[in-house]
Amino acid sequence: MLIFEKSSEGRYAKAQAPQTKAAVSGIPDHLLRKEMAELPEASELQVVRHFTNLSRKNFAIDTQFYPLGSCTMKYNPRGAHRAASLPGHLSRHPLAPESHSQGYLSCVYELQDILKEVTGMAGVSLTPMAGAQGELAGVAMIKAYHEARGDTERQEIIVPEAAHGTNPATAVMCGFKVKEIPVLPDGDVDLDALKDVVGPQTAGIMMTNPSTCGVFERQIEEISKTVHDAGGLLYYDGANLNAILGKVRPGDMGFDVLHMNLHKTFATPHGGGGPGSGPVAVGERLLPFLPTPIVGKTKDDSSFRWLDENDLPNTIGRLSAFMGNAGIILRAYVYAVLLGRDGLHRVGEFSTLNANYMAKLMADAGFKLAYPERRATHEFIVTLNEQAKTLGVTAMDFAKRLLDYGYHAPTTYFPLLVPECFLIEPTETESIDELEGFVEAMIAIQKEAEENADLVTHAPYTQPVKRLDDVKAARELDVAYSSAS
Amino acid sequence: MPFVPHTEKDIEKMLDVIGVDSIDQLFDEIPSHLRAKPLHKVPEGLSEMDMMRRLSERAQQDAGALCFIGAGAYEHHIPAAVWDITTRGEFMTAYTPYQAEASQGTLQLIYEYQSMMSALTGLPISNASLYDGASGLAEAVLMAIRGNRKSKSKRVLVAGSVHPLYRKTVESIVENQGISVDEVTFDSSLLNTPVSALADFEGQDYAALIIAQPNFFGTLEDVDALTDWGHAQGMLVIGVVNPTSLALLSAPGTWGETGADIAVGEGQPLGIPLASGGPYFGFICCTDKLVRQMPGRIIGRTIDTDGKPGFTLTLQAREQHIRRSKATSNICTNQGLAVTAATIYMSLLGYEGLSRVANASHAGAQQLKSQLAGVAGVTLASQASTFHEFILQLDKPAASVLASMAERDVLGGFNVSDYYPELNSAILVCVTEVKTQTDLDKYVQALGDALQDAEAA
Repeated sequence: MLIFEKSSEGRYAKAQAPQTKAAVSGIPDHLLRKEMAELPEASELQVVRHFTNLSRKNFAIDTQFYPLGSCTMKYNPRGAHRAASLPGHLSRHPLAPESHSQGYLSCVYELQDILKEVTGMAGVSLTPMAGAQGELAGVAMIKAYHEARGDTERQEIIVPEAAHGTNPATAVMCGFKVKEIPVLPDGDVDLDALKDVVGPQTAGIMMTNPSTCGVFERQIEEISKTVHDAGGLLYYDGANLNAILGKVRPGDMGFDVLHMNLHKTFATPHGGGGPGSGPVAVGERLLPFLPTPIVGKTKDDSSFRWLDENDLPNTIGRLSAFMGNAGIILRAYVYAVLLGRDGLHRVGEFSTLNANYMAKLMADAGFKLAYPERRATHEFIVTLNEQAKTLGVTAMDFAKRLLDYGYHAPTTYFPLLVPECFLIEPTETESIDELEGFVEAMIAIQKEAEENADLVTHAPYTQPVKRLDDVKAARELDVAYSSAS
Repeated sequence: MPFVPHTEKDIEKMLDVIGVDSIDQLFDEIPSHLRAKPLHKVPEGLSEMDMMRRLSERAQQDAGALCFIGAGAYEHHIPAAVWDITTRGEFMTAYTPYQAEASQGTLQLIYEYQSMMSALTGLPISNASLYDGASGLAEAVLMAIRGNRKSKSKRVLVAGSVHPLYRKTVESIVENQGISVDEVTFDSSLLNTPVSALADFEGQDYAALIIAQPNFFGTLEDVDALTDWGHAQGMLVIGVVNPTSLALLSAPGTWGETGADIAVGEGQPLGIPLASGGPYFGFICCTDKLVRQMPGRIIGRTIDTDGKPGFTLTLQAREQHIRRSKATSNICTNQGLAVTAATIYMSLLGYEGLSRVANASHAGAQQLKSQLAGVAGVTLASQASTFHEFILQLDKPAASVLASMAERDVLGGFNVSDYYPELNSAILVCVTEVKTQTDLDKYVQALGDALQDAEAA
């Protein structure tokens, strides 16, 4: 039942609005609203109950194991949330003067330094509000770099076929053409194909390493040399940074620019689909182009201040009205402070240990790994192609049945090049018990699929709804309630 | 090891099963010379207790001033229930609702959000939200350029009275696609955009006209006349609006003869704390005709295999994870948690509550305006109608007056002189329902004292 359907005319949470209705003066009648908007009309208790009950219709990290590949669903420390929610942080206006902002600015400054160190880059801007906006900033900087050199013929961005959809979409948003290159059966990029497409028209390449195939790109140095020799730059999509945090740095691999997903690697909550935060880091060459604002120090080093386009005249500019998702930045800072240098180092180690352990258990149980000869990174791929062909039970069916076993499904059907795939990322914060429980559930579902395929293909049974009619949703579009309809 | 649950025994067992001697061996596909050295520049970790002490001190440093700055971020009362419920782990730590059956809570909430934004703006289609108001405006521009069937132009026209930081954001995002943004001059004595200011652009080919209500100066525009002018020129009309004001001012869907085509804005006033500028959320609503140009996620109502109603992501063929380089935008996330808060906020207040907030904010600003009429050295820049912000012109440099007020722990407004030198020394002042008469009196006192200080200096 919708909140609108619980409404009664004239009801609202009376403790929450001014006690009287103030008079309006001096606004011409034709600019005033004539009809009230159809918002809910409910009491405070009705609202609290409605949304509390809605929350119970969700899977979440706090309630379930959530091994979504390439999404890094690790524990979101409550301490980081508490610290970011201190009244002084919540009440600071984004345009407050620097004299009343030193507390916040010091946190931002320190996080910039920490992120420079863990990525091996020369400069950081925290302002992009999500991974995709970080990508936009990164590719815009590549464009600005070439243009500043008068090198205007570079119209193409190369993207391996396993890349996230945001990579080609971003390249197009920045006015580039996209050249996709294939990935070899062992999960590495097809270097010959790269050499065929690279040239004076190449602006750069966008890569994820470890790739979304769940393996480390072993030829990264040769790729770097090939693209750099042609005058292009290397973009690092930080979606999988969790795998290598503290183990290998993108700057050392030859990348010129990258974005990080603080909501993945730095454990800020995903919030049911955002907010995220996608800071960018760059090498020396791209420093002048970083998006603003950035936090710097005053000349005498005594306090912190904003750097804007007066300090960075070649900046690609501003990406939000203020400075991005400030509260997420604060949570990521707190996370880094709690972990410290040793804790950050362990992130890559234990996320990799967990994934390799799970991969081994799955392989031993008879599931087919997509890249059995390779080390898993922080994630790995299982292909259920055989099950789909012989039993008629697809990856989607396994995913839905897992919900009945109390596990969120892994990422399904991505990357697209592996048929019927599960991309599984356990993260470092899961215990061995959870990992084993998930594998046991998969074994149980496999058995069900063999004995009674229908049971699996009609799952789930224990959720608030069964499988939904997506075709109807798109054909008979209903995206807003109205009491009139 | 913070947040890593492994015991020595676990590690031993796992390595044994995998068949390696050490965790380090799991990284043997990475060339050894590339391996990172210890992260010396990162400090040692702190316990939660020590971290909280540090963060509390820093939060305290920034707290305590009485804030009259608005300029796109507004201090409103936030009911306790809003964030108590929003931060339940089931909302806060959920992922994007791709597995619909296990995400009905988030999905239904977003459907209700879409319904509320649609009701407020008077436009039938809302998406699940964008990053913020400014980047949302950039998406609206891209949408208008794709969606205008009468014009193939890659130019848009923007009123100079639209928030300067929004205009900068739009430029840095859309200029990558070769789109140009031309500015309409505002009337500097009224601080809004009369239709006569558009005469120079008559008959020119633009994909869209962007206007704001209230505009950056807090002043009201004649949105009906501007909308009709834009439509007569074959442009789509994009309205940048403050959601609180929509409980008082006409909805974009009703502007002029046929209504604006796209409404976009900053959702922060709907229950989101100031919090240094984010996370907020951008809302965007449009006409039925433009639905396939809409960027980002949209939730639709449908039925399950038993015929029971349910909610799911819909029209995904517009999005990057399906369409890759042919998507309407590269956007992947929405600002789900901020939307959760806003949906609960709007449910609590309802239209009546929201209109009381809007009216009280407007009345407070009117009250402060009248109190300032008697202060020497202060002039109200325009006599035109305003919502809850207005421009003051000062006979002393704005920067030093504001600094002097800040020393008295009153943040007196936003210095607009750098963005609008033609207004000379000018500040933008905001009053919302949270300000009491005592607060307004403090403001008048602090401004008067600061001006006297400047006199003495």
